Amino acid sequence: MSALTTNYLVPTGREEAWRFTPLKKIAGFHDGTASFIPKISLSLKDQAQGGYTIAAVPASEVIPQSTTDDVVVQRIRDAVKEVTVLTINKDAEIKEAITLLRKAGSGAEVSRTVIRAGAHSHATVIVENSGNAKIAEEIEISLEPGATLTFVSLQEWDNETVHLARHHAIVGKDATFKSVVISIGGSVVRLLPTVEYAGTGASAELSGLYFATDGQHLEHRIHVDHNVTHAKSRVNYKGALAGDSARTVWIGDVFIRAAAEGTDTYELNRNLLLTDGARADSVPNLEIETGEIVGAGHASTTGRFDDEQLFYLMSRGIPADEARRLVIRGFFAEIVSLIKDETIEERLMARIDGELTKVGA
Amino acid sequence: MSTLIIKGLHVGVETESGTKEILKGVDLTVNSGETHAIMGPNGSGKSTLAYAIAGHPKYTITGGSVTLDGADVLEMSVDERAKAGLFLAMQYPVEVPGVSVANFLRTAATAIRGEAPKVRTWIGEVKEAMSGLHMDPAFAERSVNEGFSGGEKKRHEILQLELLKPKIAILDETDSGLDVDALRIVSEGVNRVKSQSDLGVLLITHYTRILRYIKPDFVHVFANGKIVEEGGPDLAEKLEEKGYAEYVTA
Repeated sequence: MSALTTNYLVPTGREEAWRFTPLKKIAGFHDGTASFIPKISLSLKDQAQGGYTIAAVPASEVIPQSTTDDVVVQRIRDAVKEVTVLTINKDAEIKEAITLLRKAGSGAEVSRTVIRAGAHSHATVIVENSGNAKIAEEIEISLEPGATLTFVSLQEWDNETVHLARHHAIVGKDATFKSVVISIGGSVVRLLPTVEYAGTGASAELSGLYFATDGQHLEHRIHVDHNVTHAKSRVNYKGALAGDSARTVWIGDVFIRAAAEGTDTYELNRNLLLTDGARADSVPNLEIETGEIVGAGHASTTGRFDDEQLFYLMSRGIPADEARRLVIRGFFAEIVSLIKDETIEERLMARIDGELTKVGA
Repeated sequence: MSTLIIKGLHVGVETESGTKEILKGVDLTVNSGETHAIMGPNGSGKSTLAYAIAGHPKYTITGGSVTLDGADVLEMSVDERAKAGLFLAMQYPVEVPGVSVANFLRTAATAIRGEAPKVRTWIGEVKEAMSGLHMDPAFAERSVNEGFSGGEKKRHEILQLELLKPKIAILDETDSGLDVDALRIVSEGVNRVKSQSDLGVLLITHYTRILRYIKPDFVHVFANGKIVEEGGPDLAEKLEEKGYAEYVTA
């Protein structure tokens, strides 16, 4: 694989995939100027319970299951020597979420993680990212037939952090993949939540929330490849921005191949501008090669606070300030509540609340 | 005993070609305990009257007055009007994602009553009101109006009416989109509040159907931005037979 090294196409910023990203601020992960070290930076938060195993496996034994044209991911694959492999046993019903904690070092680092959900297993995996870090990573997630996996990735970074990541799911026959991505902290966060299917009847629900304040660039590039028949996808990402230099990017690419008859897909992105000057880019793309589908649609809205909601709450006696607070907190809570973990939900809402108070919203 | 007095009310909306007048001099008095039906064809301005009284920012008051027990309603902010005792059951209740019905109801009750209701009695109060309206308790955990069916939205409006106990309630086409069962349940809710308090009701409707369940004391025919005829319940029967044709000028 090291043969690839000479062939990296260094992005200039003019490429479609990179045109929104502040290349100068991504720590040299894209052009090789970073002296990053490969690391195992995710570990279990608590003692392992039954139903799954976690191990560091030599990279040569964990061949990537998907292809990518992302130059950062290619560099990660070339550099990484050991891969964290989390295996959820076939038929396992795991009630408690499996929480992986990020323990980043002080320098720039790259890592690979593989999550395998066995056939008909049920589990939730939560990745908790916090602190100050420079990280480029790939997480490949595969769901065997009938598996149900909820994957939560929390970006509660300090505001200096650079985090580039690809979360790629391969969803097997009749399997259900749900992901919840919450990005609050970070100087630059560029995530690629991508999905492909390995069998008919598979389903993917991608939900996300990002909140950028001054100096933050939060970018989420979704790609769903409908490559099998009768698969379903739902994408719902919400974003909020406050401050002149707050910046968010949401790309929602859904590709329905000729063979993907019976596809059912809908994607939605809503951005709430809390102050003037912030910039949210929202680009839904739907490419359809067959008409024999159940449904395909997308919607994107970017705007200010909804006065109708304010009127409704005020007409019930709730004062304007409190009504505004309720609506804005509600905007975030809709996605946060999908995590279904009270401790985490309260922690996230407290941080969001603190940041909202700081910007006077 | 409360009295809502509307005098010579003129209301317009801003359009690209200037202010368009919708209400052209409305006079109406609603006392506690009375039920007034306002009936009229679509586009006559009935809903504008409701929203103008509630203080929707889209409408501009260009003349006249609205007072509740002598206090100038038009000077009040939207929430102050609610605190003063006005309630608007909306035709199209607004979705508020991420805000649960339980949280919303408690926040509203706290605002209206001036203090947070005691937890134990409050839970009982909500439960009883919900069961009276045949609403599943799980409803309280859903986001306000989000994904509600038409019937659920209207029941949720009447649930608020029961819990917030206003002096005067304006019901804006509460009957629209309801099947017979839902109409009966919603009407029973309104009648329950009327029997327990001295609620004055301004019932806005296009059809006479709801008047079989909520009996009006007065019927007003609304056309072209004002009241054009007034009478007792028998006027509704006449409208049922003959429609609005004679009131609509080409």
